[in-house]
Amino acid sequence: MVRVQVIAIVTSLLFLANVAYLIHKGRLREEYAFIWIISTFFLIGFSVWREAFDTMAHLFGVYSPPNLIFTGAIFAVLIYLLHLSVTVSKMQQQNKTLAQHQALLQQKISQLKK
Amino acid sequence: MTDKSTIKVAVIIPAYNEEASIATVVGAIHAAGKNAGVNYVPVVVNDCSKDRTGKIIDTLDCIALHLPINLGIGGAVQTGIKYAFENGFEYAVQVDGDGQHPAEQIIHLLEACEHNKWDVAIGSRFITNEGFQSTFMRRVGISYFEWLLLLLTGKRVKDSTSGMRMMNRRTLSLLTTYYPDEYPEPEAIILYAKNNLSFGEVPVHMNERLGGVSSIRSFGSVYYMFKVTLAIIFSYIRG
Repeated sequence: MVRVQVIAIVTSLLFLANVAYLIHKGRLREEYAFIWIISTFFLIGFSVWREAFDTMAHLFGVYSPPNLIFTGAIFAVLIYLLHLSVTVSKMQQQNKTLAQHQALLQQKISQLKK
Repeated sequence: MTDKSTIKVAVIIPAYNEEASIATVVGAIHAAGKNAGVNYVPVVVNDCSKDRTGKIIDTLDCIALHLPINLGIGGAVQTGIKYAFENGFEYAVQVDGDGQHPAEQIIHLLEACEHNKWDVAIGSRFITNEGFQSTFMRRVGISYFEWLLLLLTGKRVKDSTSGMRMMNRRTLSLLTTYYPDEYPEPEAIILYAKNNLSFGEVPVHMNERLGGVSSIRSFGSVYYMFKVTLAIIFSYIRG
């Protein structure tokens, strides 16, 4: 095992530990943590098996393995960002409904107090 | 035509930092109601104002709705629509909090709804071309929406950005389920058409605003055109 592999594996494990910590503290919901845990396993996997990218690049017919990494990673990030935008839109909608409901209830309460 | 004095009309006033003009606007609505012999109930929606708007409306003779967070014009108006629908109002009309829409013109919208059996009456500045006519760039934008809406609904609406609208219960019921957040006016016309609501325009005379700033700022106008075009097209497709 060469030095870069050790560094990559240690970094990945630290990342995984951080994700676990965030879940433990209740600051990250499990469904969102899922994707981070999966990516960490990918990182560890590729750190251990260094030839994986060459093999896969060859399989996909990509000339240079780093290109495959960039294409794959950017695509995955874009999809995840779209998912987050959908989540934000949904939360905005829920927020709006809650705020309106609260305003209407507050008016009812002050009416009753009179 | 039914007896006007038995009709309850909610006058929805979305207010964001309107401390300078809100008391005048509410007062004008009461006066106009008395003049017209119609029961106008001002419903002021305080969209989390940073100034004293909230405190002022609590002392006025009106229904005061306080939003805990700023929702923007569409969310604020929808709060008023929900209030009007839940509390059995026959009609609700949206009037701006800055004095642009004169209260004495509300009656014309109500009469148009009653007389023509319309579900929505839109107050338009561009039928008789009287009163405050907005800026040149805004009129260009309004012509573009007129064309876009004509293409999609087959109906000509000359002043699609006018917020002054009289809505009956059928319309209120529809809009409680969905109302656009930002710049809702042109998109709402697609909703009316898609849901087979009858609507038309009534000439009104608008003033220049008494205070506050328009929700459409000049640097945001490109975004405005783009956002509203998208919203109109998607509302049309969604059906």
